[in-house]
Amino acid sequence: MSKVRVLAGTKKGAFVLTADGKRDKWDVSGPFFGGWEIYHMKGSPVDPNRIYASQTSGWFGQIIQRSDDGGKTWDVPGGEKLPKPGELPSGGPNKFVYDVNPPSGKPLTTHQWYDGTQHPWEFKRVWHLEPSLMDANTVYAGVEDAALFRSTDGAKSWHEVAGLRGHGTGPKWQPGAGGLCLHTVILDKSDPNKIYIAISAAGAFRTDDGGKNWKPINQGLVSNYIPDPKAEIGHCVHHVAMHPNKPGVLFMQKHWDVMRSDNAGDLWKEVSGNLPTDFGFVIDVHAHEPETIYVVPIKSDGEHFPLDGKLRVYRSKTGGNEWEELSKGLPPNNCYVNVLRDAMAVDSLDSCGIYFGTTGGQVYCSADAGNNWMPIVHDLPGVLSVEVQTLP
Amino acid sequence: MIRVVLPPHLRTLAKVGGEVEIDVAAPVTQRSILDALEACYPMLEGTIRDHTTKERRAFLRFFVCAEDWSHESPDAPLPEDIATGKEPFFIIGAIAGG
Repeated sequence: MSKVRVLAGTKKGAFVLTADGKRDKWDVSGPFFGGWEIYHMKGSPVDPNRIYASQTSGWFGQIIQRSDDGGKTWDVPGGEKLPKPGELPSGGPNKFVYDVNPPSGKPLTTHQWYDGTQHPWEFKRVWHLEPSLMDANTVYAGVEDAALFRSTDGAKSWHEVAGLRGHGTGPKWQPGAGGLCLHTVILDKSDPNKIYIAISAAGAFRTDDGGKNWKPINQGLVSNYIPDPKAEIGHCVHHVAMHPNKPGVLFMQKHWDVMRSDNAGDLWKEVSGNLPTDFGFVIDVHAHEPETIYVVPIKSDGEHFPLDGKLRVYRSKTGGNEWEELSKGLPPNNCYVNVLRDAMAVDSLDSCGIYFGTTGGQVYCSADAGNNWMPIVHDLPGVLSVEVQTLP
Repeated sequence: MIRVVLPPHLRTLAKVGGEVEIDVAAPVTQRSILDALEACYPMLEGTIRDHTTKERRAFLRFFVCAEDWSHESPDAPLPEDIATGKEPFFIIGAIAGG
């Protein structure tokens, strides 16, 4: 029987939750890396036992961890080797250094700071890890301050995909409340050269040539919190999702507004429809129904909790505009948690499972595409991210 | 042999229990200790000092013979008690957070 493995990154460590295909009884292991913030964990589609994790701390900086046994044991790639006594460090593990312009040695660009002045890029942490669809040793990292890095040696060493920051709009990027973070990386199995990324608060971008050249794909977005609501750059995109079998159809949860694009981001249209509020962070697509999408509406940008204290997922089976409330098994009142941008995932079992985690430490599962929900765990630290692997 | 006491999170990361003992070539300084430490435990690279600038991370302190040496030159020779291993070199995480 198939089984699922849920990877939950929290404010105080990582947890691995496993169940068989019924998804009604769960084993919980962890915390791994107790006391550290785990912004994201994700398994390789090529080798599901290969899992990458972003471990970060205000004290000790950024660590990348890797498991090759499905999350049972972990090591720092490149950190396990013990050189001979007296040998200097090789300068590899966990090192994220922004590219500089080779001729001048100067930074590629600066970005806009909170006060409107220009500010140099400063690496803070890895928000998102996206393993390659074709090679278990290749993985992308979306980082703060916003940039895209790639490793081709199993996360031992990292190199910036510098075309993104270097394409010209960098000086207009500005940090959102959570920092200037690159939080979404989408790989296209139909075209390995096509990559989508999203940044708060710059917007969405696409490359069609494997990362050499990038273009902003924000036409159609309207954001009333920036001077020009229809500007090419400056939109606070919270998350973007794409069904792997329907490349080019993108769904976006923006700061406010739920959006869709049918042409790889070249033009967006709003599909918030009858949502009670269209502010939120997560968005995801059903594993077998490319027009069925999920969001968790949050009251507002000033009040990051469910409307009326009632936790609800909303589902659209029409690719947006027409939404239905899904609340069976979710707290009907007095619930004031948030669901962060990387904290929703779907499995690919026949009856598609939907998962999300909350800042209150709950991880919820629906084994029937959202109709009924149950908590897998109640009392984890605040959940930063949720991913799920469907295993044979 | 130089003795180094790591903060608990870094002991876990380095998969060590108590103190760490490392060989450090003379002169024994903060820099030479940290270079040797990172050579033996590469997973600690970047956790104590910035990868590139080698500056101490802001929320860490270096204690030597009951004194805070965090703001001393990284190349200043450390006391004999450190060099001989009589006293450990402490790497301390600032008390903060929740």
